[in-house]
Amino acid sequence: MVSEYLLRSEGISKFFPGVKALSNVSFTLKQGEIHSIMGENGAGKSTLIKVFTGVHKMDEGSIFFKEEQIDLDSPQSAQNKGISAVFQEVNLCENLSVAENIFIGREPKKNGRINWKEIKKRAEQLLLTRLNIKIDVSKVLSSYSTAIQQMIAIARAVDMSSGVLILDEPTSSLDKNEVKQLFKVMKSLKEEGMGIIFVSHFLEQVYEISDRITVLRNGQYIGDYVTNQLPRKDLVSNMIGREWDENSNHKEKQFKNLKSSELLLSGTNLARKGSINPLNIEMRKGEVLGLAGLLGSGRTELAKVIFGIDKPDQGVLYLNNEKIGSLNPKSSIERGVSFCPEDRKVEGIINDLTIRENIILGLQTKKGLLKYIPMKEQERIANKYIKLLRIKTPSIEQSIDNLSGGNQQKVILARWLATNPTLLILDEPTRGIDVGSKQEIRQLIFDLAKEGITILFISAELEETVACCDRVIVLRDRQKIGELQGEDMTESKIMDMIAKGDEIDETIPS
Amino acid sequence: MKQYLLKFTRQKIFWPLTALALFLVLNLFIDPGFFEIEIKNNHLFGSLIDILNRSIPLVIISIGMTLVIAKEGIDISVGSVLAISGATAAAIMEHQNIWLALIVALIVGIVCGFWNGLLVSVFEIQPMVATLILLVVGRGIAQLITGGQILTMDNEIYSFIGTGFLFGFPFPIYIGIFVFLMMIFLKKRTAMGLFLESIGNNMTASKFAGIQPKKIILLVYTICGLCAAIAGIIVSANVSSADANNAGLWIELDAILAVVIGGTSMRGGRYFLGGTVVGALFIQTLSTTIYSIGINPQIVMVVKALVVILVCLMQSESFRRSFANMGKKKVSYT
Repeated sequence: MVSEYLLRSEGISKFFPGVKALSNVSFTLKQGEIHSIMGENGAGKSTLIKVFTGVHKMDEGSIFFKEEQIDLDSPQSAQNKGISAVFQEVNLCENLSVAENIFIGREPKKNGRINWKEIKKRAEQLLLTRLNIKIDVSKVLSSYSTAIQQMIAIARAVDMSSGVLILDEPTSSLDKNEVKQLFKVMKSLKEEGMGIIFVSHFLEQVYEISDRITVLRNGQYIGDYVTNQLPRKDLVSNMIGREWDENSNHKEKQFKNLKSSELLLSGTNLARKGSINPLNIEMRKGEVLGLAGLLGSGRTELAKVIFGIDKPDQGVLYLNNEKIGSLNPKSSIERGVSFCPEDRKVEGIINDLTIRENIILGLQTKKGLLKYIPMKEQERIANKYIKLLRIKTPSIEQSIDNLSGGNQQKVILARWLATNPTLLILDEPTRGIDVGSKQEIRQLIFDLAKEGITILFISAELEETVACCDRVIVLRDRQKIGELQGEDMTESKIMDMIAKGDEIDETIPS
Repeated sequence: MKQYLLKFTRQKIFWPLTALALFLVLNLFIDPGFFEIEIKNNHLFGSLIDILNRSIPLVIISIGMTLVIAKEGIDISVGSVLAISGATAAAIMEHQNIWLALIVALIVGIVCGFWNGLLVSVFEIQPMVATLILLVVGRGIAQLITGGQILTMDNEIYSFIGTGFLFGFPFPIYIGIFVFLMMIFLKKRTAMGLFLESIGNNMTASKFAGIQPKKIILLVYTICGLCAAIAGIIVSANVSSADANNAGLWIELDAILAVVIGGTSMRGGRYFLGGTVVGALFIQTLSTTIYSIGINPQIVMVVKALVVILVCLMQSESFRRSFANMGKKKVSYT
């Protein structure tokens, strides 16, 4: 009997210190199918892929390759089994030739010496027959476009694979035509009987190419669906909808009347190539505005443009009716705009520094290099916020590295609160922290809004967005596709908007 | 008490300080009069004073280097900048007054440092490559200034900077203390220390916090250049001549070593000015000791290398751990 599944895994769990990255995840891949894995940031997509490619060793569970149990303990062992992957960033050597890149580490030899002729011939053949592209393989890799480089990476992976190919976000740096080309190649590989695991956060693409979809959320396996039987809305709901297992105490929401409130910020035609398409945004004083959308929809990108980390290519931004000329983080902080970034480890904490130093850093940049905050004052500020946010630490001179994720997040929040912002941008402030801290931070958002601070709120959890915000802007594929407020602002309506295809765009008022 | 002692051993400065102390004691055995300090014409004389005095150029350069290394950088051009500043001072003094010579020499250092900082921060050239340019070209520039000869200077004020005494102590020591205090001031009384340590540790997060890394990088390289120029003046004043070829030759390597011995990591982040000073003093003591023991000059470098390796290993936590575990039986939990 020919086994139905090329790759089958059961009950995979992976623990990192303090986090359960995957818990009891199962996944199957048939021969000749394209199977997408969907999920938000931190859902466990990359961890699962890293388990399949032997980068991470799983803590529990078993993997079967053609119904034979296999042990993946190193990238080498995965390669030997014939599971190969192409990652988001092309993992090739720019200064080597195409042919060398394809055969690096497994060069055909003749009398103990590398057979260059053979390499060239086989590389040409491979690209032509499997991927249908004809290029000069003796040119260096960097002379080709990203799309071609991606194809070359795929060619290498295909050549090494014996049936399983993993593509992790292969389309994120490609334009529409290049994506089409890639999909053609994927389809022909599928015809040949390969099993392809496809990871992407573009809904359209997933629906266009894949046969089945597996959804993960917070490291949990949510389900495995046949693509054309899964309505988009259900997919979105599976990814970011309410978590039913978490009994959240919903407060009766009161809608503020903000129509009369003054305009704090307005942006027209804001755009940045590769991150957001031209859009308008307005915020009134004291408002909590949510940005909803999937990963890569432009929600974080828009926030970065408003704060000035990324400069807009076009458009104008007004703050308090004043046109903003040069946009950069320092001047933004001076104007009272604060940005609590999404990736705490990379963009937030500074490991070497103490909690006190991490807290006063934002305020210090606001004051400038020469007006150093006196030590007494620093201690007072640090202690104030440790008390206010209930940060659990024995001392303010403790290195921030020693804190748990939730407490680190609170320190970063403290950094921004200390700058006395009028506009506070919170990008996934509750991501990756324990439930208790989550509740506390949500409560804090309510309290801050009550005090009159304007908040731009981004979260991957729709329930949280709906609970915290007065109004929501919905984004998809780097575009603003609508706005909801008041009674209209429900999880279901937001998901409807996100899930709808391009064709319905015009009917949505913006 | 024991607690405090234990805490002290965990301080970064503990190991370099121990090594320095050890070497000083070693010197006592070699030369019983090592610690003696005499007073002649109100001037203090003795080996200790001598070591301190001679180490000042290295101390000053190492302090500048510490700042650069704190931002994951490096400046290998300090030796050349030292030569340029000495040459400039000498050349100007031939026709002009000494104060102008001093000011221009310092400005030249600032310009050199600014140039390095520009390449590193604005053009984002790797620090090693960016400062390599001035390392190579710098001595050529110095030679152009001196016309290819060793310029001698005959000026009382200038030679006082290198050889004079003030309140019993050699004058360079005061310059060293002044530079050290200035840097402590920058670190503790302005936000420079905080900003520098944070960009050295996490550049991205620092940008999000509103720090402007380019300005800080420009500033630290400029300070490093200025420090090299000050050292250049002391070195040339000490011998009343400017030697474009040999002044400060290889001092960049000693300086980097002093910084590392002092506990500042090449990966950037936290920096330790006190540690750097101890590191520089240690290197000078080592050189003096090697000569006073009378080791064959041909193997001096080897001995120096061995000692440095030893100190670096002592500093390495993983080495100390594996050393401590040696001889302990492995316990298996089965």
